[in-house]
Amino acid sequence: MTDAARPFPEAAREALADSQLRRNLRTATTTIREKRAAVVAERDDWEALREAGRRIKAQAVRHLDRHLEDLERTVTTRGGVVHWARDAGEANATVAGIVRAAGADEVIKVKSLATDEIGLNDALAEHGIAALETDLAELINQLAHDRPSHILVPAIHRNREEIAALFRRHLPGAEGLGSDPSELTAIARRFLRRRFLTAGVGVSGANFAVAETGTVCVVESEGNGRMCTTLPHTLVTVMGIEKVVPRLDDLEVMLQLLPRSSTGERMNPYTSLWTGVRPGDGPGAFHLVLLDNGRTEVLADEVGRDALHCIRCSACLNVCPVYERTGGHAYGATYPGPIGAILAPQLTGLREHADLPWASTLCGACYEVCPVKIDIPSILVHLRRRVVAQGGAGHGRLDPERRSMAALGRIFLTRRRFEAAQTAARLGAWPLTRDGRIERRLPGPLKGWTAVRDLQAPPAQSFRAWWAERERGGGA
Amino acid sequence: LTGTAVRVALFITCLNDTLFPQTGRATVSLLEGAGCAVSFPAAQTCCGQMHANSGYGREALPLVRRFVEVFGDAEAVVSPSGSCVAMVREQYPHLAREAGDEGLLRDVEALGPRVFELTQFLADELGVEDVGAVFPHRVTYHPACHALRALGIGDAPLRLLRGVAGLDLVELPEAATCCGFGGTFAVKNPDTSAAMLTDKLRAVLDTGAEVVCAADNSCLMHLGGGLSRQRSGVRAMHVAEILAAR
Repeated sequence: MTDAARPFPEAAREALADSQLRRNLRTATTTIREKRAAVVAERDDWEALREAGRRIKAQAVRHLDRHLEDLERTVTTRGGVVHWARDAGEANATVAGIVRAAGADEVIKVKSLATDEIGLNDALAEHGIAALETDLAELINQLAHDRPSHILVPAIHRNREEIAALFRRHLPGAEGLGSDPSELTAIARRFLRRRFLTAGVGVSGANFAVAETGTVCVVESEGNGRMCTTLPHTLVTVMGIEKVVPRLDDLEVMLQLLPRSSTGERMNPYTSLWTGVRPGDGPGAFHLVLLDNGRTEVLADEVGRDALHCIRCSACLNVCPVYERTGGHAYGATYPGPIGAILAPQLTGLREHADLPWASTLCGACYEVCPVKIDIPSILVHLRRRVVAQGGAGHGRLDPERRSMAALGRIFLTRRRFEAAQTAARLGAWPLTRDGRIERRLPGPLKGWTAVRDLQAPPAQSFRAWWAERERGGGA
Repeated sequence: LTGTAVRVALFITCLNDTLFPQTGRATVSLLEGAGCAVSFPAAQTCCGQMHANSGYGREALPLVRRFVEVFGDAEAVVSPSGSCVAMVREQYPHLAREAGDEGLLRDVEALGPRVFELTQFLADELGVEDVGAVFPHRVTYHPACHALRALGIGDAPLRLLRGVAGLDLVELPEAATCCGFGGTFAVKNPDTSAAMLTDKLRAVLDTGAEVVCAADNSCLMHLGGGLSRQRSGVRAMHVAEILAAR
């Protein structure tokens, strides 16, 4: 969320014209949607699980202050160090300080959205510290100087030919590399292994952190995460404050919901849990950075705060008909898709990404699959109202849309005005109408509509006129 | 509710009233055919869905109050639009709560359960399966999102369509995917809307149907406008018009 985003409609227009992107997205989202549907259908208690997940997150967020203090206490008791960061700047400075103190100039990273959100890699670079992404897709993006386009599958926009070309350019010993996926992963593995064994500091995010025990949990598919959290001497975890859950038992529910919703697996390949530090086993130093970065402000919105229940499964992206066509970059935020459209603007107090709540048809597919039952469409509508009320995203006083909405609102307030407007619409459309349709391209707000569709013209008799005639005994 | 002399107030919707009167006429004929006494409160205008969904809650609120005034006393309110019914049932309580208007909240919560989408009213409330229609054409059905997910009308339209004589009902691939209309979305995000329309129309054309139908003319205006622009030879029709065909 670091660079100023282009308006969504404009960025989407460009993405829609990218045939490679469209094909990749369609294939990937279709596959993952089908996998998810199949493993969810196996569970006849899925709805009960979702409801349990919703309750856990709602309770965690409702008493967030208490759970975070508990977490600080339990992590500290088990030998970890807890840091509080109000914003990206504080979090980045904290991590840089820890790396410096450890005498390192390189860190290896587990895939993490929180560190993307705060722009950690760039901030570390300014301190002369190199951050290496070890998740395969994140590594691909890093080599290409590209941003993630999906929460879970960050290089979903690239195909293997492109990846092979990247590896040939950047990875040692990759000259003459083909595009066979097993060849590609083998060369990345050889490259990463050496770094796992030499790095002094590992950096991760967190899927969950348990307040009662001080246990941090990371869920992943490749095993790179476990390398990062166990091999280096120092481990730093950056987590958004909403990731805390009260009890260890809560993971029982969450670890069933998350893999089925995200990768469409019954269980993900690697689930790492660690509690503080232990001599001779894993890192000797553990730091937990608790990141606010706008989250406390989100809590103040009674409707919008449910966005903080998100467990980053990305099921909503995979079913979203808008995301499936535009991909993640068009959203211009760390969090794309339906969840991004409600989370990204709220994390900046609606100062940035204010047009994202409109990047949805409100079709409701996201709500249907959300494992913690976040009512995304209702929050989208709620945020649209907040943005309009603040005059954001082009909805200032002089906005033509705002003025026509106000005018229409007045028309709908009396029968007389409404009927007059119906007549005016019929007369206005008449010169343009042919066979009941307006076929030509119109300017202004109807430009987009008439570019690809004919427009239905008002017929000679409205329904109410027909009804009145029938009542008088003149009609059918 | 029983089929004999149920008094139904028709909530036509501003869009149908102005642009699709034939859907309204079909709705009246279906309801009367099912034994209902239909009235049309002429003071009705718009439910406020466009305002509410586009961020103009303040402008929508007087329309919510107006709707309650016009329809508050009705035994049953029936509308041939899933999304407008979803607006009344789902969004009115949110709007009343946001406005902090307890009286309005009570009113809309009392009224909501008496407001029905047409096919759901016919199939589930009145228990009608065969409306006596004849429509000898190949037809595919698009389940509009608000009717499907917000309202949960399920297969009510399909059950009614299966009872139509001569009708060859073909399944629409990826039927539950949104068509890309989305109200002002079609205007504010025209390119994404067009991309979704293209995919939906491809699915429609692949079925070989002559007609694509739905329980909502807003989506059909978008689908029909695209079909007509492409000179596809496929028509978009409201389910009610098929069910009223003789």
